[in-house]
Amino acid sequence: MKKVILTTILLTLLALPALAKGNRLTCSGSTTVLPIAQATAEAFMNANPELDISIRGGGSGVGIAALMNGTVDIACSSRTMKAKEITQAKSKGLNPTPYAIALDGIAIVINSANPVKNLTLKQIRDIYTGKIKNWSEIGGNKAPIVVISRDVASGTFEVFNEKALAGAKVVSTAQLLASNNAIATTVGNTPGAIGYIGLGYLTSSIKSVSVEGISPNSASVKDGSYPLARKLFMYTNGKAAGAANRYIAFIQSAAGQKIVQEQGFITLN
Amino acid sequence: MKILKEKLFQVITYAAALFTIASLLGIIAGIFGRGLPFFGKVSLPEFLFTNSWYPTHAEQSFGAWALIAGSLAVTLGALAIAIPLGLGSAIFIAEIASSRLREIAKPVIELLAGIPSVVYGLFGMAFLAPLVRQWFDLDSGLNLFTASVILGVMIVPIVSSLSEDALSAVPHNIREASLALGATRAETIFKAVVPAAKSGIIGSVLLGFGRAIGETMVVLMVSGGAARIPGSIFDSVRPLTSTIAAEMGETVMCDLHFQSLFALAILLFAITFVTNLLSEAAFGKRRHG
Repeated sequence: MKKVILTTILLTLLALPALAKGNRLTCSGSTTVLPIAQATAEAFMNANPELDISIRGGGSGVGIAALMNGTVDIACSSRTMKAKEITQAKSKGLNPTPYAIALDGIAIVINSANPVKNLTLKQIRDIYTGKIKNWSEIGGNKAPIVVISRDVASGTFEVFNEKALAGAKVVSTAQLLASNNAIATTVGNTPGAIGYIGLGYLTSSIKSVSVEGISPNSASVKDGSYPLARKLFMYTNGKAAGAANRYIAFIQSAAGQKIVQEQGFITLN
Repeated sequence: MKILKEKLFQVITYAAALFTIASLLGIIAGIFGRGLPFFGKVSLPEFLFTNSWYPTHAEQSFGAWALIAGSLAVTLGALAIAIPLGLGSAIFIAEIASSRLREIAKPVIELLAGIPSVVYGLFGMAFLAPLVRQWFDLDSGLNLFTASVILGVMIVPIVSSLSEDALSAVPHNIREASLALGATRAETIFKAVVPAAKSGIIGSVLLGFGRAIGETMVVLMVSGGAARIPGSIFDSVRPLTSTIAAEMGETVMCDLHFQSLFALAILLFAITFVTNLLSEAAFGKRRHG
């Protein structure tokens, strides 16, 4: 009896991938895009019960590598592909195609007890390179600045590095935290802290400052006046076809963009 | 038929052991295969002894000394907490507690080992770090001290349970002889029993060291992550493990930065390998001597 059960289980396990293949869509990549991908996939699967979409995180680099190895159908990325990755793809005869699915602003956040309201890009750069060390130098209380940055490989850091730091090196005393949530928590319970996070992660215990006089919100990100903004992407090998095409078209549609907004991100138009 | 069954059983256990060893070799080959090419581009002394970790900057630099110092500092800090706590509770359980209390205390301490490290990390980040910041009037609570405390509590069960095994294995006649010579209970414990269990205790500490230096989640969440040599116990540090965990996800596969993370992994592997060899030697000595 036991053997029969065991054999049945084994056979089912073996047969599962074969059965599922036709209507199965796999995505992996950026943890920033993850909430959008999960929420839209749920809605899309509700409307199309025959489809099975599985979403994994891992990071933009992991997703793009998986796409090139053929282990996923869609790579989620919070950055455009780098020159090296494009060369790798070309050498494999692949042509990854980007589809913008949402916009995201990067908010400069400080503790809610901090009176500072606005920072210029130059001030932000000076804080992160260690030239400005005390809040009193930029109109705040007399308290040392606790500089908090993201891990240098994250897409969020990359946008911050390009647009705010202009490639300058972050001072080595800066703390490094590995996620948007970790930064929000830490800034929330550290009075002198400054950090940067995706707009979707703002909470009540922290506040965002305006940059060059422009506060981060959906209007200023959309019209491009807020300087620290980026697009979020999904990549497919070649032009998206079949289920992948339908899924991406759904995210870009009005219904999909409504979910994007509910997840705290900014719609494409 | 019986012989056949016996043979089959042997083959299965043999295959299981072989599979474990094969996966170890596979991991070693994977890490070294990806990490070793890194040393063709960056020299070993530069990697080990310079102090500037900017792997994604336009002018990349891969000086891991601050990360190594971070790992060692956090681990030594954790041992400074775990040795007194672990050894103390081991002595209490093995030598002082009544047998009923022992039945309760031992599993409770070992329960600490069953808490997932991400839970320790959350506790440290959301609860202990703000307290540490207030108590010591610091700018930030995510630092070497907080990470050491959390990590120390995490490895107490390792130090305590293995030390307790070592203490319990000391033959009773040693204690009786010591007491018969007029030594007090404290003298007997510290001058007769603990020295007799010395190699087992050292082994437990080394295993705790190996566990602490390899721990990732807690240090990623609690140690702050500044890549510099700590000047005080309240500076924030970035250990090797959290660097690998934080940077692996988003990096471009197979470029120099990717390889550098595997080079860090080789370094960690070498450290834990040597530690395990040493603790194996310490335990071995006890078994044979």
